Amino acid sequence: MPESSITAEVVTLAINGRETGARTNETIMDAAAEMGIALPALCHISGLSDVGSCRLCMVEIEGNPRPQPACVTRVQEGMQVRTHTPKLQQYRREILEMLFAERNHVCAVCVSNGNCDLQDLAVECGMQCVSLPYLSPQLALDASHPRFVLDPNRCILCTRCVRVCDEIEGAHTWDVSGRGVDARVVTDLGAPWGESDTCTGCGKCVHVCPTGALFEKGVSVAEMKKRRQFLPYLTVMREVRK
Amino acid sequence: MNREELEEMARTEREACSRRPRCIRVCTGTGCISAQSDRLAAALRERAAAGGITPDDVLEVGCMGLCACGPLVQTECSGNVYQNVRIEDADELLKAAQGEETSLQRCNTGMPFFTRQKKIVLENAGRIDPERIESYVSNQGYHALLDVLHNLRPAQVIEIITASGLRGRGGAGYPTGLKWATVAKAAGTPKYVICNGDEGDPGAFMDRSVMEDDPHRVLEGMTLGAWAVGASQGIVYVRAEYPRALKRLKTAISRAERHNLLGTNIAGSGFSFSIELRVGAGAFVCGEETALIASIQGGRGTPRPRPPYPAQAGLWNCPTLINNVETWASVPAILRSGSEWYASMGVGKSRGTKVFCLTGAVCNTGLIEVEIGKTLREIVFDIGGGIRGSGTFKAVQTGGPSGGCIPEELLDTPVDYESLRSLGSIMGSGGMIVMDQHSCMVDVARYFMEFCKSESCGKCIPCRAGTAEMALLLRKIAEGLADAADVQRLERLCEMVQETSLCGLGQSAPNPVRSTLRYFRDEVMAHVLEKRCPAGVCPITRQKGEPTHA
Amino acid sequence: MRDLLAVPPPPTEDKRWRIVEAAMRRGAYSPNCLIETLHAVQETFGCLDEASLRFCAGRLRVPLSKVYGVATFYHHFQLKPQGRHTCVVCLGTACYIRNSPRLLKAVTQEFGIEEGQTTEDKNLSLLTARCVGACSLAPVALLDGQTLPGQTPESLIERLKALPAEETKREAEK
Ligand SMILES: Cc1cc2nc3c(=O)[nH]c(=O)nc-3n(C[C@H](O)[C@H](O)[C@H](O)COP(=O)(O)O)c2cc1C
Ligand code: SF4
Ligand code: FES
Ligand code: FES
Repeated sequence: MPESSITAEVVTLAINGRETGARTNETIMDAAAEMGIALPALCHISGLSDVGSCRLCMVEIEGNPRPQPACVTRVQEGMQVRTHTPKLQQYRREILEMLFAERNHVCAVCVSNGNCDLQDLAVECGMQCVSLPYLSPQLALDASHPRFVLDPNRCILCTRCVRVCDEIEGAHTWDVSGRGVDARVVTDLGAPWGESDTCTGCGKCVHVCPTGALFEKGVSVAEMKKRRQFLPYLTVMREVRK
Repeated sequence: MNREELEEMARTEREACSRRPRCIRVCTGTGCISAQSDRLAAALRERAAAGGITPDDVLEVGCMGLCACGPLVQTECSGNVYQNVRIEDADELLKAAQGEETSLQRCNTGMPFFTRQKKIVLENAGRIDPERIESYVSNQGYHALLDVLHNLRPAQVIEIITASGLRGRGGAGYPTGLKWATVAKAAGTPKYVICNGDEGDPGAFMDRSVMEDDPHRVLEGMTLGAWAVGASQGIVYVRAEYPRALKRLKTAISRAERHNLLGTNIAGSGFSFSIELRVGAGAFVCGEETALIASIQGGRGTPRPRPPYPAQAGLWNCPTLINNVETWASVPAILRSGSEWYASMGVGKSRGTKVFCLTGAVCNTGLIEVEIGKTLREIVFDIGGGIRGSGTFKAVQTGGPSGGCIPEELLDTPVDYESLRSLGSIMGSGGMIVMDQHSCMVDVARYFMEFCKSESCGKCIPCRAGTAEMALLLRKIAEGLADAADVQRLERLCEMVQETSLCGLGQSAPNPVRSTLRYFRDEVMAHVLEKRCPAGVCPITRQKGEPTHA
Repeated sequence: MRDLLAVPPPPTEDKRWRIVEAAMRRGAYSPNCLIETLHAVQETFGCLDEASLRFCAGRLRVPLSKVYGVATFYHHFQLKPQGRHTCVVCLGTACYIRNSPRLLKAVTQEFGIEEGQTTEDKNLSLLTARCVGACSLAPVALLDGQTLPGQTPESLIERLKALPAEETKREAEK
């Protein structure tokens, strides 16, 4: 139950030993960002609801036996937070490794090479190689849509596309089917995207996708640049109208 | 219905029973039904008249516990319990019901399996007719509810539950009184209470028995809880695999409503509470409380990060009290007999009794309820009667996919929340699977990991990909293709998945592997270094022409 | 182009759709009774095909992809038609350690179907379960809902081979 910013109180907490003030409706991630500490994140994107599923933004909070996701944990008075301990960095590298091992991310041939959140984070967290066995199922490309393509081999199931389609566009064309390692993003009743009755072709999903799983037709390797300014813009404009 | 009417119903029922000295109780728990006890009951009714008793004398009751020897039948006149009764034995049984000598196989009710148990949650199972509210009422049913509604304030009820030391029986063992107090304090209306009957642990059926054999007990417990926290709506979430439990609960709800023990203005107290049933659809993760709520709301059963806890923002974002079936079923007895009585059983911070489902390589497989704090050895060897056939004990698994395997050396550990946790297992919901030398611990660990992999909801990465990776590594070990580095990799993954997963499923999925590496490392290393499966189960031994899955 | 807002009629003339309608009415046609509705469809028609998923989505005003997501999340829901008989082999822990994988393997080999598949003559579907709640009788299988306790590969195959084909089963139902 997020409180509105009017009723929220201000609390003091310390992140990596530095004290800061934040309102109780803010998350640890917000507070860290205000201090210039960027936390790695894949499922979080501002303007959409948070699901806390990629587990990269995990931070250590004193008194808490296990790390907590900063994107969904609200600040509290007196919190002592650590964001980049060696253990956390280790977990982050391992999580990224698992993402690379789970599907098929060959950057050299990817349209998003050089513009990919996953790739950036691997560099940022110092992930050097994948030591886990590859699971890489062979998944078929869906190029049935007139303007966009879905390459499920590069999907990390962050569900940003699902959320932007539901929360911003209001179409709810996307959802997740199956479960566990068999989970996939799908449109409508799992039929090819191009046959969807509900897709408006707005392209928001393509632009919020952190990897090369969703891209525009006609772009070649390393050409797909994602434009996301619309998200904060839409959120602010909606609030202004209210 | 007021107190006098309730007493009246109980008295009438008891008199009716005393007029039926020849009644026969046929166990129709799942175990016995699979051994055709339902058809036995039908045969008895058919032939009843010829045998000098009426069809009404044949009662179908819930599980008597010793499922291994089913069908079990008890005759009122002698109190004898007969085991392995076949349909052909119907006539013989009718004779026995009238006190005549029979050749039927008698079940020794003096053996430790029966005498070492302490039945509270299961006190009525196997005795009452679960389809009739009168039967429950005549065994003090709904007495606690009426007393509480008229004589106690909600806060006093919470105090009693807190003082009793009752803890959640769904696995985590969270103090029930504390949870109730949180929901009672939480702002927001309406409030909901939920009974978690999803029982996903593969190898356990305690909750099923309670719901099937004594459904009113669960309803009474929920109504008491609702009164204590100020809820007006209750939901029982039952897994789809339990159609019989659903049917029994449905009947129970409509009977309770008819007698105004549920519904508006219960027993004239001004308190209103109704209960609805929801059916699961085959997903272990829906036992996790936030996933369960998502499922009740009609969506995919994926958990969400906590906080906020359901106690603050649960179903439809309202304060919600979720407890396990067995937890709810313990409540009426506590309020009837007092917190001191309940707290007098158990050890340390674990009080009362716990129901276990004893299965695997023991002689007496079945359903048992024991005082918390009994040792594993007593449960396996005295109550369980030891290992079946010529086998030797190897391990006992508690806590299902979230628990671990405990070896022989540690059998003297008392069964309570803290002791089991310190062994790297958990109390869990009550599955207790005994293994003999024919089970391979690598195979068992692999089994649980495969289970977690196929039950992972897929939302968070550590659990989705981590369980798949761990299952792959365990398969490599089982096939003799792994090296020491793979074991290290496995251990690292265990730690990471445990620490970073979103919900309890992922957080506890590594437990079976970790406990195996802790207590059966030699066996694991035999697979890795010597390419040998000591139990002869894993595929590597098969290549050498040794026996297959024994 | 489909009219996305039209309240759809039931996919077929079949009177049994009334059972499904009744389930939705009990839930006041609210989107949150989706799972109950899918249960009703599957109980009545044996599986959830595309037409019925579209119908449920339209009637309850739930996005198509959400309906699909829910139907594929829960293992109880079947999107393909099942055979006349279903055999469920329990792979719960108690059954597993008492060798239920051997039961599964025997059925797989004997009938040439993998778990989740149906024989070509549509007579038998093979499914697995994680505990059916009869652990003390392990290993167990369910045949058309009836528990078969303490099975061996031989006993189970014998039962399955003796299964009647279509005609006789219909008689049995009467
Ligand atoms: C993966 C997972 C599965 C669970 N399954 C069950 C279950 O089948 N039955 C149950 O009562 N609790 C289950 N729980 C525990 C519940 O989340 C919750 O803690 C419990 O219902 C609370 O009731 P209690 O306090 O009475 O134990 C499960 C938890 C997890 C993480
Ligand atoms: S731990 Fe597993 S079951 Fe729980 S949210 Fe993550 S993926 Fe889903
Ligand atoms: S950004 Fe917080 S869990 Fe993904
Ligand atoms: S494990 Fe097979 S019935 Fe429980």
